[in-house]
Amino acid sequence: MIEVVVLSGKGGTGKTSLTAAFAHLANGSVICDLDVDAPDLHLLLQPRQMASEPFISGHEARIRAEHCNGCGLCMTLCRFNAIAESDAVPRIDPLRCEGCKTCVALCPSQAIDFNPKQCGQWYLSQTRMGPLVHAQLIPAEENSGRLVALLRQKAKELAQERQLSLVLSDGPPGIGCPVISSLAGASLAVIVSEPTPSGEHDLVRIVDLCDHFQVPVGVIINKADLSVDYHRRIETFCDERTIPLLGSLPFDTVFIEAVVKGRAVTEYVPDGIADDIRRIWAAIEAMAKIGTTV
Amino acid sequence: MKVAVASGKGGTGKTLLSASLFSVWKDPLVVVDLDVEEPNLHLFLNPEISGTRTAELEIPVVDAAKCDYCGKCAQLCQFKAINVLGEVVLTFTEMCHGCGGCLAVCPRGALTSGSRPLGEMRWGRIGSDRFLMGALRVGEAMSPPLMRVVKQKLQGMLSEAAADVIIDAPPGVSCPAVNAVMDSDVIVLVTEPTPFGLHDLRLAHEAFAQLGKPMGVVINRAGLPGSDVDDYCRANHLRVLAKIPFDRRIAETYAAGGVIAEAMGELRPFF
Amino acid sequence: MQKIAISCEAPSLDASLDPRFGRAAGFLIVDPQTMAFEYRDNGASQAMAQGAGIQAAEIVAAAGAGVVLTGYVGPKAFQALSAVGIKVVQNLDNLTARQALEKYTTGSVGFAKQPNRGRHGA
Repeated sequence: MIEVVVLSGKGGTGKTSLTAAFAHLANGSVICDLDVDAPDLHLLLQPRQMASEPFISGHEARIRAEHCNGCGLCMTLCRFNAIAESDAVPRIDPLRCEGCKTCVALCPSQAIDFNPKQCGQWYLSQTRMGPLVHAQLIPAEENSGRLVALLRQKAKELAQERQLSLVLSDGPPGIGCPVISSLAGASLAVIVSEPTPSGEHDLVRIVDLCDHFQVPVGVIINKADLSVDYHRRIETFCDERTIPLLGSLPFDTVFIEAVVKGRAVTEYVPDGIADDIRRIWAAIEAMAKIGTTV
Repeated sequence: MKVAVASGKGGTGKTLLSASLFSVWKDPLVVVDLDVEEPNLHLFLNPEISGTRTAELEIPVVDAAKCDYCGKCAQLCQFKAINVLGEVVLTFTEMCHGCGGCLAVCPRGALTSGSRPLGEMRWGRIGSDRFLMGALRVGEAMSPPLMRVVKQKLQGMLSEAAADVIIDAPPGVSCPAVNAVMDSDVIVLVTEPTPFGLHDLRLAHEAFAQLGKPMGVVINRAGLPGSDVDDYCRANHLRVLAKIPFDRRIAETYAAGGVIAEAMGELRPFF
Repeated sequence: MQKIAISCEAPSLDASLDPRFGRAAGFLIVDPQTMAFEYRDNGASQAMAQGAGIQAAEIVAAAGAGVVLTGYVGPKAFQALSAVGIKVVQNLDNLTARQALEKYTTGSVGFAKQPNRGRHGA
């Protein structure tokens, strides 16, 4: 089974739009939206929900005021500034609580509860392009890395069940735990970059991360005509690191028009940039050996 | 005043806005890049860096001679960073959140403080203003610990000389983003009038509303098809602070590393 | 002879071997000489956000097993098992616990030198 993850480092380079186009062009795949923080792929795929489950991960500490003796030890212990006095009683801010249990264990009155926390909800849906595994982290919650891992696991199980050989994932931005979680053990990371100082800077970091986890990398330069200078710099970088350049796409408002219409670019226009995307997908298939292994 | 520039969706123009706000701000300023996973502000502001420091997290180090394998540390640890199996203490320090619980709970004093590098902190000046940033070590999974260190440094800088603060936050709505905006006075949400922009604006609004801070919206790339963002803002009493027009020249200036408010005089009023 | 832990889907020797070590349903702890066994539930590991494999290793170690028969083991779980000298037979799948035990006792499978899975089951 082959797992292709579309990443970028920098946000807003076009991961979601391109993942939708690739899902459209692929000959059957399990599609996965691993950007659990701010998932957008469903806006293009109009999923029909088949199953939904709460995602419970980690715990939250809560002080039982009636049993608190006001000693304030919890406040001195908490490394995350999560406990402060409110009406002369210590109160835990759920947004800052890291769920470490230190206050719970050391409270001399044992006045602190430690409850499992629901961090989000995940979904299994059907779309016109195939099954979609996706999730939504409850705003301001954490444990996104674990939710990403869960989605990947479900996607692989589904692929096995339905005898599909490809899992195609829209990845999160950045290089932190959700990205690490989406990357480890993937067959290929397709990095969507843009020719700007930020695009170049962030490309280096995400490539370093992929190397660290020994995941092969291919790069797409999107909005390629924004800067000839940075386009050349990115090409040089890929050359130096022997990273295949899967293709370049010009800045085109058709991308946004397709999003507004809730379609993949390759569904929205028959040719022009759609042909460019088709060529890129063919390069990805070749690189990941999609269609030649099961 | 501390202004945090955030967004749900990536690539909406937080850094662009932070850099431009900096260039038109009249009062003394500290500008902070808290997008420690992918910091970009320095590429546009070109600060003169005067100091750097490796930020570290306190992790447990086991003194095997004192340990009697009671397992209290392992029982407490929620992250499996310290484990006791039979007469072996096994630590996975990359999983440690630095809570200090194990150190506090060990009855034998068998645990002492060690450290794990989180990333680098850099500070300096841009003209008469000050600059501060963090860059997460590639391979380090968590950004909040580094962000906490950078925020501490910021407090230090402000106690030396008071100033306003502009924070360039990371995208998203989970712990890194919340960490970046939680200590600010005002949150500016940057969005774009596309379905993705609106969807993620809603998520960001919901997430940050819990912090109870005044929020305003800047609509970047205004004029692109899709005007639901205006309706959303109106319906939710979110003040639209500015609309930056969709103009290819802005993208090209940005691509060349330019600060929009400087390079394109006609846009200064927006900022 | 040491006790053998088998990651298993249910408390029976004829139940399927659960190929995931860290998030297995449970472990059968078998005395190979008497074939007497007990079952250790692994629910505590399944619920964990991270470190499930380490938790599972603790359960196996606490049960006194010297060998684990399983499918996929992540790097931290492998490290934990190795640290206490528990040997790992991995890559087993699509058989019952009893069949896995037979393969092991007849010497047709060997011990793993390194984990066969990345983080989080990748």
